[in-house]
Amino acid sequence: MSLALFLGGALAALLATPGVRLDPVGVLADPYLRSVVLFTLEQASLSTLLSVAGALPLALALHRTRFAGRGLLLRLFLLPQALPVLVGALAIIAVWGRNGIMSNGLAGLGLPRLDVYGLPGILIAHVFFNLPLATRLMVAALDAVPAESWRLAGQLAFPPATTFRVIEWPAIRRALPGAASLVFMLCATSFTLVLTLGGGPAATTLEVAIYQALRYDFDPGRAVVLALVQVVLTGLVLALLLRLNTAPANGFSLGRRPVRHDGPSLPVRTAAIVILSLGGGFVLSPFAAVVARGLAADLPRLLGEAAVQDAALTSLLVATAAATLALALSTALLLAVYAPRATAGSATAHSRARLLDHAGGLVLVVPPVVIGAGWFLALRQVADVFAAAPVVVVAINAVMAMPFVLRILGPALATSAARHDRLAESLGLYGLARLRHVEWPAVRGPLGLAFAFALALSLGDLGAAALFGSENFTTLPLLLLNRMGSYRTADAAGLALILGVSCLALMLCAERAFAPRENVA
Amino acid sequence: MRRPTHTATLGLALALPILAGATAQAQEKPVLTVYTYESFTADWGPGPEVKQGFEATCGCTLRFVGLEDGVAILNRLKLEGASTDADVVLGLDTSLLAEAKATGLFAESGVDMTPVSVPGGYSDPVFVPFDYGWFAVVYDSEVIKTPPTSLEALVSGDPGQKIAIEDPRTSTPGLGLLLWMKAVYGDDAAAKWKQLSGRILTVTPGWSEAYGLLTSGEAPMVLSYTTSPAYHLIEESSDRYKAAAFSEGHYIQVEVAARTAKSDQPDLASRFLTYLVSPDVQNVLPTTNWMMPAAQTDKPLPAAFGTLVKPEKTLMLDPQAVADHRRAWTDEWLQALGR
Repeated sequence: MSLALFLGGALAALLATPGVRLDPVGVLADPYLRSVVLFTLEQASLSTLLSVAGALPLALALHRTRFAGRGLLLRLFLLPQALPVLVGALAIIAVWGRNGIMSNGLAGLGLPRLDVYGLPGILIAHVFFNLPLATRLMVAALDAVPAESWRLAGQLAFPPATTFRVIEWPAIRRALPGAASLVFMLCATSFTLVLTLGGGPAATTLEVAIYQALRYDFDPGRAVVLALVQVVLTGLVLALLLRLNTAPANGFSLGRRPVRHDGPSLPVRTAAIVILSLGGGFVLSPFAAVVARGLAADLPRLLGEAAVQDAALTSLLVATAAATLALALSTALLLAVYAPRATAGSATAHSRARLLDHAGGLVLVVPPVVIGAGWFLALRQVADVFAAAPVVVVAINAVMAMPFVLRILGPALATSAARHDRLAESLGLYGLARLRHVEWPAVRGPLGLAFAFALALSLGDLGAAALFGSENFTTLPLLLLNRMGSYRTADAAGLALILGVSCLALMLCAERAFAPRENVA
Repeated sequence: MRRPTHTATLGLALALPILAGATAQAQEKPVLTVYTYESFTADWGPGPEVKQGFEATCGCTLRFVGLEDGVAILNRLKLEGASTDADVVLGLDTSLLAEAKATGLFAESGVDMTPVSVPGGYSDPVFVPFDYGWFAVVYDSEVIKTPPTSLEALVSGDPGQKIAIEDPRTSTPGLGLLLWMKAVYGDDAAAKWKQLSGRILTVTPGWSEAYGLLTSGEAPMVLSYTTSPAYHLIEESSDRYKAAAFSEGHYIQVEVAARTAKSDQPDLASRFLTYLVSPDVQNVLPTTNWMMPAAQTDKPLPAAFGTLVKPEKTLMLDPQAVADHRRAWTDEWLQALGR
């Protein structure tokens, strides 16, 4: 599989460096590393639990109620992925820090200021970055519920609790393992957030140890062993999540646009308002800080700078190329998995798909610093690394986005296959005709979402873009970090705003392009 | 020089594999490749002026490769070994020198060092110092009215007044503070770190995060450089952020450049190193790289530099001792701060 090659190649190239030795026993016996591993698992599990548990009511509230600005809110929920982590960390501190909005409010009431540095700060930051992600995945799962179910629920006048038990929970449950594993991987490999908000070296993740091993100790052997430890540990956790049964929804559907018929009752609406204000406030308040700081910057000058325009254009092209590639690769993979087979049955297809999903996801757990160094070594044997830099960055971004894309498209295709396989076969629908009439209507919505996700990820990516140091290849996040690293804090704040707005605009275009013609939800 | 990127990026979306050969442009002039860190090559950094100045006389093309920082430069060189493209490496600092020397990848500079003068008297046949800075605690004068006047006062001061520091495992200033504490306290460093830990707001992975905490008002003190206030004075006309002078002395960071042993342009490389310590470059470093010039300038420094802290004593540990003990000292630091 190409992913394995991509990662294995990087690791192998690193190990081929002269003088490298592997010493797994020595590495694993180190008490420092044992405590690092424990802390990594602890914070990642807690972060995942909180993100997913918080996303559940938020997804329900978002799906049950319709209000002005709902579409915008859903799009804003994709934005944390596009926010460079450093900007996110400072924005969170602007809300939750010692001198943040919350602390100032408390101080105004004569209460002590918050001190979130440590595990609480890490959890807040991880929930900020991942709760919106989990929410979007759950909302997407609810969107996939066929129109017939909602109509039935409406006709039988299900009370909210029954609707939840019979329709909503089974749908969300299918998205749960995917969402939880994604969040877990993202939190397990967290680096800047953990160090900045962790308050001290007691908060150290494996990712930090890997970075330290490769950069400061220049010990590729140790870095590879640690990276493998990280992959294996995360793989074990994912295997546990994989055991959660997630058979695709069966049942025939005419594929009408789903419309909910359960107009929210007063208590439901009140609960939704409370949940939305809390959840929305939590996610949006750091954005407010980003916007406020960004507006204080000299935006007209920034926008006029050739360096900014070039970086924006580079980011745009890289993100579009990476998102397209991620979508193309994921769709090809999924279609191969769900290719109609008379005998195989959809259960086998489904377990294959889940395996693919989880194995492919492990790409997120191999540190970019390792992939980058490995690929740098491998590439320079055959090509001019600097000329190849854009290609490699696009490829890395695409591969990193694939776990997200697979999680969004996979369930949609699985459900579609389960619903339509027999009908399509009996009608003799094959090949392109089937793709057009069966798969395309089922995935065009999810495709838009997946594309938007991939765009956001690639736009915000710094890891891959920073690897090669080519003079002519600067993306917006890289430029932002450069300014931040040269005292130009105001410029950096302005760039963060520009980055966020461009990301929103791009996602809007992408979603428009994929939306069904009659309506843009 | 930026245009080709977009063609290349556009092209890759359409045709991935063709690209590798695309930049092999016909070039008659020799190319001098210089590995450095990103902020050196930035539009506002010294890079553009250095490039223009050198190309005006060298009959060559100067190509900068901007990496993350000094550590990244050294690692790139270790990865590439003798087959490196680099003719010159610019931006290693003194804490990396022993390791850099041990690679055997560098050659003697051949530069006349008479104009060079660095506090503490650093000098080396291979590495050419081009600028330096002292580490210092920079504070927000609107919050802190009586700044600490010594490392001891910092260590034993009011735990309610916090400082943001950088992690020695991931950043150069973080390592700088580690060495500073070691230089002043020796074997007592661990105990002093324990004492200081109550004042540490957080330990960030790099300088940017920590400095962002200062300017966003979250931390009233940060570990930075004595030259930091000059940026705010000159670019923002603000004297809000000041450096605290410590009576024990300040640890120095000297930035150096060197030519590689395998360079196919040894003469150009030597000429570039000489150019680096000439007044042409030294004049621009203070206000572009925000460090002190390591050699004579022929213009006076901007007035703001006259207001900066001038350490009475410069501290520096022997680079070989740093290389030998860095791991042990980092472990000691980890222990002291609660790991």
